[in-house]
Amino acid sequence: MNRATLLVLADGRFPAGGHAHSGGAEAAVAAGRIKDAADLAEFCRGRLHTSGLVAAALAAAAAVGVDPLELDEAADARTPSAALRTAARKLGRQMMRAARATWPSAELDALASVRPKGAHQPVVLGLAARSAGLGPEDAVYVAAYESVSGPATAVVRLLSLDPFDATAVLARLAPDLDRVAADAAECARRVPIEGVDALPASSAPLLDIGAEAHAAWAVRLFAS
Amino acid sequence: MSVPAGQAQADGGLRATARIRAEADARGTSRLPVLDGEGPLAVRRIRSAGREARVALVGAMSAPLGGDRLTVSAEAGPGARLDVTSTAATIALPGQSKRPAHYDVRLSVEEGAELRWLPEQLISANGSELRVTTRAELASGARLLLREEQVLGRAGEEPGGLTSRLTVRCEGRVLLDQELACGPGAPGGWDGPAALAGHRAIGQLVVVRPDLAHAPVQPQMLGELAALTPLAGPGLLVTAVASDALRLRRVLDEAVRRVVP
Repeated sequence: MNRATLLVLADGRFPAGGHAHSGGAEAAVAAGRIKDAADLAEFCRGRLHTSGLVAAALAAAAAVGVDPLELDEAADARTPSAALRTAARKLGRQMMRAARATWPSAELDALASVRPKGAHQPVVLGLAARSAGLGPEDAVYVAAYESVSGPATAVVRLLSLDPFDATAVLARLAPDLDRVAADAAECARRVPIEGVDALPASSAPLLDIGAEAHAAWAVRLFAS
Repeated sequence: MSVPAGQAQADGGLRATARIRAEADARGTSRLPVLDGEGPLAVRRIRSAGREARVALVGAMSAPLGGDRLTVSAEAGPGARLDVTSTAATIALPGQSKRPAHYDVRLSVEEGAELRWLPEQLISANGSELRVTTRAELASGARLLLREEQVLGRAGEEPGGLTSRLTVRCEGRVLLDQELACGPGAPGGWDGPAALAGHRAIGQLVVVRPDLAHAPVQPQMLGELAALTPLAGPGLLVTAVASDALRLRRVLDEAVRRVVP
């Protein structure tokens, strides 16, 4: 593999539609739960260790070649919010388009044909990493980092937060990112032997509640 | 009625199991051929006005304490209807053993059966360390109403460490798999704006019913801090947080009125 491939996949400008989603930050800002950089840091930490961990493990399992349909079903069970399932499939569909154009593969084509409306984004991300010649240890980092970079970027727009402060929040999360990446990779290694029940199922109640509240708004800046 | 004491383990923790099984008789009335408790897990039959069998879990002593391993299994045989409640909240307390306590709930709802699992709150007291797993397996045509409430700390107290994983399977397929981790030892951010934001009571209400597969509920908010959402299959979930157990119960009671005909 080429190490630089990881930079292409992880680049915030990779055309997979992530910029339109706030990862729950817009709902949290509106509810007054994120008011400054310190709140953003705690929000990101909580999201990273819950939905970030689950996404990273799903991506890693897809990257090692676990059946993506089985992973897609496991992702459904771990995403009880209907609004978040819709968002994950929308993002998965956009990731699929970008990945098939960038790193075409028979495995991507096969998943796209059975899930034309989109599979869960982390599953597609993992398969994209695999098609790009990357491994599970790369996929976990992309998924984990995305779980916090999305909210950080969104809060810069939502609160006019200083972009330097938002980037400092992300930088300080590096040790947590390493831990989540390692845990997710470890879980994914167990999946081929123990099945998808070995995947983590960590949840954050206010992300699920906030996502449903947000989906009911008439006007919003971000899709989720 | 005397209750077996449960088995002490080498390190001081206790191992105890309660078993409940309801079966429908020829006239469709549910009987309780199995109703066994031990140690801190006592079970009592409650008089029932209808055809369902009713059971209450009775807290017979302080448990779970550190190192305890408690298991409750409840089964509703084909066509049976079983309602399980508890007489008081369960309080996780620190014990002699430094190891975590384990509380495992195994629910089995067989063909055409219905289980209502509505215990009182689980309270995570300061200094305790508890791992809860709840697994429900449903056969074809089975129905489930399940409520779980976690309260972090007794009044004005910091919580203990708590992880709770809830898995619901319908005809072998996983419908819901969710884990909550909070208190000391939980990964960072558990009390932050993404997860609990200082709320001390968390609740889930799960409904599984065959008709929900083709006629899913519409997502809806129940106030600011609770949401009802269709699952990806024949079920729905209400997730709620609240400042205390009383407010949480009010929201979940309202949810039951909306979703249970």
